[in-house]
Amino acid sequence: MANVVIPDAELVHNYINGDENALSILIKRHQSKIYGFIYSKVTDRDISDDIFQDTFIKVIKTLKSNSYNEEGKFLPWVMRISHNLIVDHFRRNKKMPMHRETEEFSIFSIMTDNSPNIESRIITEQVENDLQRLIEELPDDQKEVLQMRIYQDLSFKEIADLTGVSINTALGRMRYALMNLRKVIEKNKIILTN
Amino acid sequence: MAKIYSKKPIATPNMLPKKETIDFLLNYSKALKIVKTQNGTYESIAN
Repeated sequence: MANVVIPDAELVHNYINGDENALSILIKRHQSKIYGFIYSKVTDRDISDDIFQDTFIKVIKTLKSNSYNEEGKFLPWVMRISHNLIVDHFRRNKKMPMHRETEEFSIFSIMTDNSPNIESRIITEQVENDLQRLIEELPDDQKEVLQMRIYQDLSFKEIADLTGVSINTALGRMRYALMNLRKVIEKNKIILTN
Repeated sequence: MAKIYSKKPIATPNMLPKKETIDFLLNYSKALKIVKTQNGTYESIAN
């Protein structure tokens, strides 16, 4: 018997009409992507749970008050809510969301590694750290798109919805991000291979 | 030029919220009633 996947729009409709199980299906379907997105920003499990909970409380209230306009964009809508709550969180705590380790910290954390084949692992981790530092040098809008695409596996449509720009703008920012990374790599003769 | 990709360093695959969080949301949804009137919107939580 084939499993029938009920579209998000239909589940939302059913939930608004009183089917509580529809909410359970929606949460189970999207929880990994939403929670992963939140955690990638706040890097704290407890805070991520709080923000995830607050996100869906807003979702539940909006749906139950019949204030939601269905346009086939349930997941981007929920991601936008969680994104705004993350911004609120950092405003309250006055923290920078993407603080990275210093160059010295990265090297010493690698040098304390005792696993076998350590040379290969060191090189791989150094390449990843170098790449992350290069990405940090990008303009904020390009860095944001690149990180959402590569590290969070979001589609360009989702990125466009989250950042409030058109898909073409998101694509353009990604293109410029990669072009700028290549320029910096060539200019400084950086080797990013294992 | 070859694409430059790196393995995802922050969020691990299949990272999920706590079961208690999900249970709370589902119970909250069942208990929440929202009524819209001319004077405003009212929320009530049934025990």
